[in-house]
Amino acid sequence: MADKIVLEIARYAPETDEKPSFQSFEVPFRKEWVVLDALNHIKDKLDGSLTYRWSCRMGVCGSCGMMVNGEPKLTCATFLSSYGNGAKVRVEPLRYFPVIRDLVTALSDFLVKLQSVKPWLIRKDEPPLSAGEFLQTPEQLDLYKQFSMCINCTLCYAACPVVGLEPSFVGPAALALAQRYNMDNRDQGAQERLGLLAHPEGIWGCTFVGECTRVCPKHVDPAGAIQQYKLKAALEWVKSFVLPRGHDEDSTEVRS
Amino acid sequence: MTNLPSTEFHPRWYRARVSTYWWMGSWRYLLFILRELTSVAVAWSVVLTLLLLRALLNGPEAYSRFMHRMQSPWMIAFNVIAFCFLLLHTITWFNLAPRAMPVRVGGKRVPEFLVAAPNYVLWVVASAAIAWFVLRAS
Repeated sequence: MADKIVLEIARYAPETDEKPSFQSFEVPFRKEWVVLDALNHIKDKLDGSLTYRWSCRMGVCGSCGMMVNGEPKLTCATFLSSYGNGAKVRVEPLRYFPVIRDLVTALSDFLVKLQSVKPWLIRKDEPPLSAGEFLQTPEQLDLYKQFSMCINCTLCYAACPVVGLEPSFVGPAALALAQRYNMDNRDQGAQERLGLLAHPEGIWGCTFVGECTRVCPKHVDPAGAIQQYKLKAALEWVKSFVLPRGHDEDSTEVRS
Repeated sequence: MTNLPSTEFHPRWYRARVSTYWWMGSWRYLLFILRELTSVAVAWSVVLTLLLLRALLNGPEAYSRFMHRMQSPWMIAFNVIAFCFLLLHTITWFNLAPRAMPVRVGGKRVPEFLVAAPNYVLWVVASAAIAWFVLRAS
């Protein structure tokens, strides 16, 4: 049998199509090829109109996320060999996102959500430049480092059923990013973010399916970040009863 | 929907509807739904324990009536299913505990299995103590 693999690719042309349909392409089966190599082969040799996003082809840029046989994957890190010679592999745009064309999804909604969690260092007091840099110990870095590895590939959104069922849900990557800044000892905005995210469209929207963590190519563990955030929010809520006044002033930094 | 022409600023995006049966799409989603349903079995067990305590307080006659009712085949079948759900509930939540509670000792995160393990140990010890207490009496 000749070494080949069949890619069934979702095609959608907004000018003419009501909904996506599948088109099959036969590509060479090479053990060193990833799904993205096969897509590039199709675009170069078979159909130049095939539209998809990619950039670094080494798991850093987060652009080439697609559904491969129903699983959210970075296509640059998904080898054809894991499906076998002669196999049929279905490639679709990431689930739950609007499709612009073929395999390209619209990210504008995601970017609004990402910005809504204020993912930057918030300071109440800005020390003068002459005070030098903010120093951080390896232990302090370790508290949030895992959550800072996100590449915004949005695979976690495609894995989360809550994202599909509740489009207003802020979502795994954005909430993990909020926690990344909460856990950073240079940040003083945890209380501000808690006000934005302790609601049903924020952390309480998460039902802990845990799929976001499983599909994350950078091992960020968004599900863990959200559960830890929930614990913090619950403690803050209890504190607001026990210490009705003034507790906000002292608890600007979140530690667990 | 009409075939509107797309423009640079008004592209026609395709939005797929989420199926009502999305949870049947993968066994992991199905397991999640089953895990959510286990709360019903937990509630049932609590109610059953309260009813048992009430029967105990009401004297030997009420207790034997309660036990007789518990021995009916449909009740046994129902409780076997509830027990399976309770096991699923316990195991899935114990396994998820390390995610929600990262324990740090000396600035380093404790391995996940070491956070989950004490839950299992306590479970076995508590179950053994209750079994000893119940079986000793009979």
